[in-house]
Amino acid sequence: MRYLPLTDTDRGEMLGRIGVSSIDELFVDVPAEARLDGPIAGLPMHMSEMAVERHMRALSNKNLSAGDAPFFIGAGAYRHHIPASVDHIIQRGEFLTSYTPYQPEIAQGTLQMLFEFQTQVARLYGCAVANASLYDGSTACWEAVAMAARITRRKKAVLSGALHPHYAEVVRTMAKFTGDEIADAEPAIQPTPDNDGLIARIDENTSCVVVQYPDILGRIADLSEIAEAAHANGALLVVVNTEPVALGAIKSPGELGADIVVGEGQSIGVGLQFGGPYLGLFAVRDPKHVRQMPGRLCGETVDAEGKRGFVLTLSTREQHIRREKATSNICTNSGLCALAFNVHMTLLGEKGLRQLAAENHRLACLAADRLAQVPGVRVLNQSFFNEFTLMVGQDARAAVHRLAEKGVLGGVSLGRLYPGVDRLAEGLLVAVTETTTEGDIEALASALEEVLA
Amino acid sequence: MPRYFTDEHEWIDVDGVTATVGITDYAQGQLGDIVFVELPAIGTNLDKGGDAAVVESVKAASDVYAPISGKVTEANSDLEEDPALVNTDPEEGGWFFKMTVGDASELEGLMDEAGYKAFVDGL
Amino acid sequence: MSAPNASGWKPEMTVASQDGLHSGPVTATGNRALMLEEPLLFEIGRADVTGVDLPEPAAGAPNRLGGLDRAEPIGLLGLTEPETVRHYTRLSRQNYAIDLGLFPLGSCTMKHNPRLNEKVARMPGFADVHPLQPQETVRGAYEVINELAEWLIRLTGMHGVAMSPKAGAHGELCGILCIRAALEARGDAREVILVPESAHGTNPATAAFAGYRVEDIPATAEGRVDLEALKARLGPDVAAVMITNPNTCGLFESEMKEISDAVHAAGGFVYCDGANFNAIVGKVRPGDLGVDAMHINLHKTFSTPHGGGGPGSGPVVLSEALSPFGPLPFTARTADGVVHLVEEEGAEKFGHTQAFGRMAAFHGQMGMFTRALTYILSHGADGLKQVAEDAVLNANYILRSLEDLLDAPFGASGPCMHEALFSDAGFGGDLSTLDLAKSLIDEGFHPMTMYFPLVVHGAMLVEPTETESKASLDQFIGAFRSVAERAKAGDERMKQAPYYAPRRRLDETLAARKPKLAWSDDAEG
Repeated sequence: MRYLPLTDTDRGEMLGRIGVSSIDELFVDVPAEARLDGPIAGLPMHMSEMAVERHMRALSNKNLSAGDAPFFIGAGAYRHHIPASVDHIIQRGEFLTSYTPYQPEIAQGTLQMLFEFQTQVARLYGCAVANASLYDGSTACWEAVAMAARITRRKKAVLSGALHPHYAEVVRTMAKFTGDEIADAEPAIQPTPDNDGLIARIDENTSCVVVQYPDILGRIADLSEIAEAAHANGALLVVVNTEPVALGAIKSPGELGADIVVGEGQSIGVGLQFGGPYLGLFAVRDPKHVRQMPGRLCGETVDAEGKRGFVLTLSTREQHIRREKATSNICTNSGLCALAFNVHMTLLGEKGLRQLAAENHRLACLAADRLAQVPGVRVLNQSFFNEFTLMVGQDARAAVHRLAEKGVLGGVSLGRLYPGVDRLAEGLLVAVTETTTEGDIEALASALEEVLA
Repeated sequence: MPRYFTDEHEWIDVDGVTATVGITDYAQGQLGDIVFVELPAIGTNLDKGGDAAVVESVKAASDVYAPISGKVTEANSDLEEDPALVNTDPEEGGWFFKMTVGDASELEGLMDEAGYKAFVDGL
Repeated sequence: MSAPNASGWKPEMTVASQDGLHSGPVTATGNRALMLEEPLLFEIGRADVTGVDLPEPAAGAPNRLGGLDRAEPIGLLGLTEPETVRHYTRLSRQNYAIDLGLFPLGSCTMKHNPRLNEKVARMPGFADVHPLQPQETVRGAYEVINELAEWLIRLTGMHGVAMSPKAGAHGELCGILCIRAALEARGDAREVILVPESAHGTNPATAAFAGYRVEDIPATAEGRVDLEALKARLGPDVAAVMITNPNTCGLFESEMKEISDAVHAAGGFVYCDGANFNAIVGKVRPGDLGVDAMHINLHKTFSTPHGGGGPGSGPVVLSEALSPFGPLPFTARTADGVVHLVEEEGAEKFGHTQAFGRMAAFHGQMGMFTRALTYILSHGADGLKQVAEDAVLNANYILRSLEDLLDAPFGASGPCMHEALFSDAGFGGDLSTLDLAKSLIDEGFHPMTMYFPLVVHGAMLVEPTETESKASLDQFIGAFRSVAERAKAGDERMKQAPYYAPRRRLDETLAARKPKLAWSDDAEG
């Protein structure tokens, strides 16, 4: 077995040192009836590297990868070009095979990276402080709701109807067990988000208002009036962003009055990976809320010789100290994905991120105009960044499958996101990034025309 | 002004209908460097023996309990800026909060200075 | 103990060579040859530099941003590719890692991460597919999930598995929520979860989050759950017992079946924290011991890389009693005998209608699934059994090679499982576990887990894993004995260790009192 360095001679010598005659004597505390004599029956035995690779490649080949088709799928995960050096750096063993930096003297690489990452996220979000990441955007969204409840000591969260339905479902699931009340709705099919409807649902018991920006249908709302309404009622504004590239083009949530900003960081450096691992981003605008934040935080300090260094700090909020009084039961962050984000964002810089955002928006405008010419198709959005909703005049879900038959991954039907909600069935979410070519747009337009005919 | 002590290492100075609460010099010594104190909001109703505040060192967070029942009237804002006051001046400038004396009879079970000293010596 | 170094170094040379190091000149850069200081990105990056070639936006391009254009600078800085590669390569060299040496963090299972796993995870059919692609275009991805689920179910002797939890604590929460959903479904409002004092802090945090009151289970002097005390506490208010097995003292809970039977008889459920599954994988099936739910840390037992603190992956296997309540997406064997992934749409078709909800967007940590499956296929049923045996052998070898020198509180309780537990009893002066740990750093090792479990004073929990050779273990034992002897002798120099790491001891009090959590341009200096 290529991963097991002990030889039988070693094992014999070691058993001798321990003072037992067989390995089974080390398992003496396992009741005999629970101990398996040999390998578990019915399962395959070990395989060579070559054989495993062959097996896995066959599985991989059964999938149509995004790079092999005109690709327009988004809805919370976006395909962007990742520079080759990102993957090189995250595969360095000192990053890949290190642990949570609990011994800071020999983990400054990870810690300094996290400090840079926190700074990048805070600036992108227009916030004072970001944490060292959470699991993903959906779990970060729930953590924001829970944090708002801790701060306001209220238990009613008002969710925008245009929040990603998976995110809303995670919040509803968790709230069932914590006793928080969740007021939510499904999105209204209209060109602009329904700010008035949302504001009308805020009252003096509201802990927070949760708004996605840009929203699940791709629309961009000015959040200022929602922030004012929330604050007037003593509630916090939680803003969810699932496409960080957008923030290279539009105002930051912090600028618009968000108190807590959370989101999915996958677009920068992480890749699609069929849904995970992704990168939960979490930031607060007011530094006084830092001690109510979930997750790890990296902070600057000095060592015994006065040199600058970094440590995990404020850890008394966490489960390993507070146990049942912890702010959250989370103990893992998404460290390697945070590194990928940090490296990619460093390669982009201010200049590159703004160019990337502009290119996404340019191509999305191009696509929206072209697709609007397809008979029976209407672009819903008045505003959008790189994703918009088409109304296709028939069941979009079936259309997506027919597009796939033609080799085009043409978007996400609202029917898939909201099963059983008939009034949304004709909606098709289309995402366009810098990886989309004008040829891809033309391929989608002509395939859609055939499919809808 | 009489000072009382609890076996959870809080002290309480009683001045008529109001009282001031903090943690003892012995307690701060056990905790080590204090990095943060979470104080109760003004107006909070406290029950004797219930959670009132949290004091944090780098590696530990400890609850501070209400020595008696009453309502919080003031919190020591100096501790927000300088939590180390709890280490340097625990029984004066490092006080935590002021509260009303809800039920003066609850003071009867607490220790006086000599009693507390004997209690600590026995630990 | 065997000589740790073949370079010609001998112990008596230590003083001279180390003094030589320190009497060298102070360098102008602060660097020491290969030990390089690296500034922060915000000190070397520039706002007008980028390492990605993208087109400059055309003037007058269409704008449908709703009038919300970001006018102010974001405050991000960029580097070109060569500068970027150098920045992160230099940072990487300030990290310890499994690739550099033995990483004996107890309860963390820091084993070698096979590189085939990395290669497979990057195959375009896995890395470059979207979770919301039409199912017919991602059949292979569903097969990976189902195939891994089948392995996890068979290795644990359970019925179903929720694959979506994103890490161990998330899986733990998922398992406890399944228990609560099952109890609520039978109209049984129970309030208490029993957790051993030695448990990892996530257990009480999880139970409290799920709305339960946590009570401690006492332990016996041998470091195991006190069965009689547990039985005495069980009753109609106890929803579940959370047990880590093997436990955090490194011991197998030999009365696990009796514990499960007693809990079930009282109408409760048994949650097993699977953090230490590496000790028994392929040897013991938790399902045979009456466990109802257990999370599996794919990043521990199945070698997906820890990556400096994540991502993890924490599928939770469930008994037949709990499976109906597993969150979506959920994987279970259906009537046709095949393991299927069930999602919101089509849940009725598979009869999975009582799911308690959803733990996260999409399907879980696919990138970890491909790695874990690759690892499992490489080992096979025979190799996994050998993994458990070698992990336990290595830990016992360390236990018996150090217990003459260090206090092993449960050394007399019999063999340990995959980790060996020591205490700081007998250290001289005011030296503690921390000082020994920092001195191990100078010897070139990552320290063991410190001060956990909490039930042992100055605990040191050593988990070598099965991927260490005997030579590597001997070198580690030699180093550990050396620092342990110094600790017992009260060598005060240990209070200032580490001496040779990229940083000396860091001021954590300063970091916590005056938190500086982001770079600011107006910082001093």
